[in-house]
Amino acid sequence: MSALIAIFVFPGFLFLSFLGTVVEFIDRKLYARMQNRIGPPWFQPVADLLKLVAKEDLVPEEANPTMFKLMPVIAMTAVLTAFLHIPLWNSTPLIALDGSVVVIVYLLTIPTLTFFLGGWHSTSLYSMIGAVRTLTQLFAYEVPLLLSILAPALLAHTWSISEMSEFYSRNPLYALTNSIGFLVSMIALQGKLERIPFDMPEAETEIVGGTFTEYSGRLLAMFRLAIDMETVVGASLIAAVFLPFGLHFGPVAGFVLYLVKILGILLLLALLRTVTARLRIEQMVIFCWKYLAPAALVQILLSLTLNWIIK
Amino acid sequence: MAKVTIPIGPQHPALKEPECFIVTLDGERISHLDMRLGYNHRGIEKACEARTYVQDVYLIERVCGICSHSHSTCFVQAVEEIAGLQIPPRATYIRTLIAELERVHSHLLWLGVAGHEIGFDTLLMYTWRDREAVMDIFAALTGNRVNYGMNTLGGVRRDFTKEQLAEVLKVIDICEERTKYYIEVCTQEPTVINRLSGIGHLSHDDAMRLGTVGPTGRASAVDKDVRRDDPYLAYKDLSFKVILDNHNDVFGRAVVRVLELMESYKLIREIIAKMPDGPVTVKAPRKIPAGEAFSRYEAPRGEDSHYIRANGTDKPERVRVRAPTMANLQSVAKMLEDNNLADVPIAIAAIDPCFSCTDRMIGIRTGKGTGNSIRWDDLRNYGVKWYRKQGIDFTDLNRKLAKKQE
Repeated sequence: MSALIAIFVFPGFLFLSFLGTVVEFIDRKLYARMQNRIGPPWFQPVADLLKLVAKEDLVPEEANPTMFKLMPVIAMTAVLTAFLHIPLWNSTPLIALDGSVVVIVYLLTIPTLTFFLGGWHSTSLYSMIGAVRTLTQLFAYEVPLLLSILAPALLAHTWSISEMSEFYSRNPLYALTNSIGFLVSMIALQGKLERIPFDMPEAETEIVGGTFTEYSGRLLAMFRLAIDMETVVGASLIAAVFLPFGLHFGPVAGFVLYLVKILGILLLLALLRTVTARLRIEQMVIFCWKYLAPAALVQILLSLTLNWIIK
Repeated sequence: MAKVTIPIGPQHPALKEPECFIVTLDGERISHLDMRLGYNHRGIEKACEARTYVQDVYLIERVCGICSHSHSTCFVQAVEEIAGLQIPPRATYIRTLIAELERVHSHLLWLGVAGHEIGFDTLLMYTWRDREAVMDIFAALTGNRVNYGMNTLGGVRRDFTKEQLAEVLKVIDICEERTKYYIEVCTQEPTVINRLSGIGHLSHDDAMRLGTVGPTGRASAVDKDVRRDDPYLAYKDLSFKVILDNHNDVFGRAVVRVLELMESYKLIREIIAKMPDGPVTVKAPRKIPAGEAFSRYEAPRGEDSHYIRANGTDKPERVRVRAPTMANLQSVAKMLEDNNLADVPIAIAAIDPCFSCTDRMIGIRTGKGTGNSIRWDDLRNYGVKWYRKQGIDFTDLNRKLAKKQE
């Protein structure tokens, strides 16, 4: 029973979807304020979702209905599962595995794949081009993201995210050496969330709705919610790996601190989205491999050197 | 991925007006571009022939929602030439002032649209916020935000007070400061430069050959500006630079436009400083004597030209409008050769297209002099047959509709 509550209510599905909508609102509001606009009211993301849920689901005649309908569910499930592995306000996540870092990164790749498959199976030209772009983009940012998270793990000598947090909260100064990795993972996360400047898969002025062109109603709502959740999970992952401070303050203070960390990361993500234009797909691939991946490698080298010095 | 053909338009988020670009893609590269015009034909030229000259001024103003003053000024210039009207100097200055203000709001609008097309919505929000100031000053001066209704045969319909002109100067100061910032953004922000430079290349020779006009041509070093080459209104007495650029790409077109904004601010200050006193209108005859005139005007998008033939009545015999987009549109296919799909929206937007102003219909008559006119019923039958050949049959639908109406 308590396991069910943990999965569906707290800190599982309900809590995560609530946090997702809050995060979406804050992101949109920040974006709007930075653009000198007023921005949406606080209930806008919830209202959007409710509206979509109330609408009819349209499945294109040509599309493969099973894949088309299954993909949003899988996207949401994968994100939720990843969330359960991440420690939030202390160093113990709900599910503690020995290799949880790898598991989380793996689970976070699944939504991107579902975007690809969903777009591909909806057989619209716009969705197919969007789907191909999604996959191309995946190969660009995934490696820098994994490398940048690898570096702190190397320093902590563990693949378990809870042990990593333990290690860094015992030696907080070590966490500061990971700042290059922090920046790299932030930019890679922006790519994973398909936000400007990396929003080519759904560039509306080029390919209408991109991957999601044919999606409507509940299925689109699920995809939207999955992306909101992914934002929270991605931010939580970065917070857990790169900002493991104040994990021993007890649940209340720890929780507040967790929210502050997520909001800080969100502010940076929104700022990046405000000050840049959308790149072209090949420009993004070049950028990721030419600058982001080498930067992540430098971070790994730094961690290895530190390891060697400490010994 | 094999070659795919995707339609951009007639309905597409990148286009604000219906126009169809059929893009054949090889991966993300464009291998062929096909254009279809004519989704927005409104029969304005014909409508003009059925109305009096004074009514036409207001109709012609509605050719374009953005450069409305350009079209109406171009029209009245031609009519005044036929009628031999000499309009008072204050009226020419007021027309020039509105023309330059229009250029300011049109270029700011373009900058925002360009930002939106490359996914830089912040630029859109900023420039359109500043454009609002210009729109507000239009509302204060003329009573309307768009389609100002300032022109009439023989002058302008409203006079401005000193206070109103002082207000214009204030707005111009704000806009100038902001424009300096946009120049910085356009020329220094790396993602913007990445998306603009090298895109939509149009060499000087191609630009000349395809007859591009306005900022599109000037960005390929086509040294043409009607304001200087064939001065009209008050431009003879005013000093300004024609902005040229030799980047030959979308970046160059952006640079030309933002620098033209700075020139327009200077011009507006000069116009207000030099504005003469006196009446703003002379009496125009209701019937215009027979004759014809061709009038040119440098609209924000390029050279606009009107041809009018009068036959001595109060209605024109022929009105011909050539909007600047018509001259620039052909160059789009050249610009997009071997570019990326991602560059289609910005390359199209870079000519600052105004599709509904452009669409005209020309009937070609055979050499024997027999017209190819077609009766309404024949046209309908032709359409039904054509669609049936495509595999679309409306017969059932028509029957259902007829039943419903009963």
